[in-house]
Amino acid sequence: MSKTAIVVGLDGSEAGQRALAFAKSRAEMIGDCSITICYVIEWSPFSFQTPEENEQRHKRREEELKLAHERVIDPAVAQAKADGFDVTGVVKHGDAADILEDIAKSEGASQIVVGRVGARGLKERLFGGVTGRLVASASVPVTIIP
Amino acid sequence: MHRLYAVLLTMIASVLPGLAAAQEAVGLDQKINQIFADYTGWYVSFIFAPLPGTTFSWIALWLVVGAVVFTVYFGAIQFKGFAHSIRLVKGDYSDPNDAGEVSHFQALATALSGTVGLGNIAGVAVAVSIGGPGATFWMVVAGLFGMATKFTECTLGVKYRNEYPDGSVSGGPMYYIVKGFKERGLPLGGFMAVVFSIFTILGALGGGNMFQANQAHAQIAGVFGDFPGWITGVILAGVTFAVIAGGLKSIARVTEKVVPFMGVFYVLVSILILLINFDQIGWAFGQIFMGAFTGLGVVGGFTGALIQGFRRAAFSNEAGIGSAPIAHSAVRTKEPVTEGYVALLEPFIDTVVICTMTALVIVISGVMNVDPETGLYIWNAEAGRIATEGDVSGVALTSAAYAKAFSWFPVLLMVAVVLFAFSTMISWSYYGLKAWTYLFGEGETKELIFKIIFCLFIVIGAAASLGPVIDFSDAMLFSMAIVNIIALYFLMPIVKRELNSYVARLRAGEFVKHK
Repeated sequence: MSKTAIVVGLDGSEAGQRALAFAKSRAEMIGDCSITICYVIEWSPFSFQTPEENEQRHKRREEELKLAHERVIDPAVAQAKADGFDVTGVVKHGDAADILEDIAKSEGASQIVVGRVGARGLKERLFGGVTGRLVASASVPVTIIP
Repeated sequence: MHRLYAVLLTMIASVLPGLAAAQEAVGLDQKINQIFADYTGWYVSFIFAPLPGTTFSWIALWLVVGAVVFTVYFGAIQFKGFAHSIRLVKGDYSDPNDAGEVSHFQALATALSGTVGLGNIAGVAVAVSIGGPGATFWMVVAGLFGMATKFTECTLGVKYRNEYPDGSVSGGPMYYIVKGFKERGLPLGGFMAVVFSIFTILGALGGGNMFQANQAHAQIAGVFGDFPGWITGVILAGVTFAVIAGGLKSIARVTEKVVPFMGVFYVLVSILILLINFDQIGWAFGQIFMGAFTGLGVVGGFTGALIQGFRRAAFSNEAGIGSAPIAHSAVRTKEPVTEGYVALLEPFIDTVVICTMTALVIVISGVMNVDPETGLYIWNAEAGRIATEGDVSGVALTSAAYAKAFSWFPVLLMVAVVLFAFSTMISWSYYGLKAWTYLFGEGETKELIFKIIFCLFIVIGAAASLGPVIDFSDAMLFSMAIVNIIALYFLMPIVKRELNSYVARLRAGEFVKHK
């Protein structure tokens, strides 16, 4: 039996922190368990941009990755490591629901843990937020932390 | 930033009293127009000079021959590679690890927002009213061949772009001319790049600016009643300046997002009108095919239709002009050929789909006067085009045609025209700026000087009448094509090598589909 893996979605919010805490408590119970902490930068390859934005895109992307690592992922990973967990941090661009599912698949994870994000705009009310879409499409159990 | 606004305010403050005074004296519009015609007329005549003994201008032949040569040389890549192009745009071959970088779709959309616009609305009306419905046929033919030109230039644009340490990129003909010529051991690369850059700056001020401002004003005046063009010009110039120099990116972003929807909506309305007039579509196509070879009473006949069609196609989809490679070079890809594939969709969407829609609606609407006895179009010799209802041309003719089906359309078209004009201006200010910095180097002051010049030309463009402006716009764009296509001839073996290598590896299964 290979090592159990849990994927946690972090978005820099309180709920994200609670999701991570929950994942840690599960990992402790499981024992031999790794945690992958993910931060997804919302991005679509089908958006429209000005020529200047395109020219600067690579630079911006690097900055976005750096910021996400510095502000959210690296501190969380460092803390979890200090607590004695087997943990890795990932920052990716794309649709959060798709990315979390992809990572869960590639890591062979047994579950995904995310914090609840309230449906804010009209669009999210109509089409469902990230968590709603994740639940609808995920191939492993998803735990949503309120 | 504050310094920029101060410059802008001083600019407006110093120009306005002068404008008002001139308005009282002669009528600034006519004055600008006269000066414009006087100074640019000779060059326009040279560019559109007919081949000896014919009425066929050498420049139209230049573009078409180029497009045919590329089509043959690359084995009709625009037809054989069409499906692959679609798959690339959909992102089937995009590496998920590159997520967050400029995608094929984004590069295509950005390039399209620079080309889809007034060429498709006003340009088509000009072509059809001068060359008759047959001009549409030749426009589509030119568009289909032009796809191969776009493939060639955009592959080179990506291959020879400059990538800077901070990850930003600059590309375009000036870069591939210099680097490509050096690689092949050819002389004069540096000289040609400089000449191309000069034409690009002038083209940015002409077709990418004055023509847009001019037609935007025509449409606004058509809806709200006539008023002096410089008023539209000053407002447009102010907003444009705020965006390109003042960093008001939010306006640019809104425009970039609204314009594609406007484009889609325009096509949907066109399809709707065609469906309503379902019974006439066959007749309209008949007119287009017959007109393509007989002229249907249009002065200049077959060649008149041909020339107008080719001219407007080139002006609309910009294949061979060298502007698209600047926009496409920002894409994230390891294979330059992939962007060539994607770019060949541009003339298809722009010319074959959108221009044809406009042309069909104009023909079906009956805004062009037909002699009931002969069935031929009535020629308005004074205006040099087919007599139209309300005696209008350009965007006003398109507006009149669509208004026959939907009376509210002119208002919508006004919004669309202003937005299209604006997004095209933003794109071309970028192309112009790239050429400008290629010549003079990068630097805040240098770039600001170009941006101020660019905005002043918006005022001139809005104030001048259609004739001199549209001719000058065309002349500048085609001048870019002279240099660019010469370079493409010399560099096409490099593209061929890239293509062969890519296709071989594609067949060998080296590029995995990620979806």
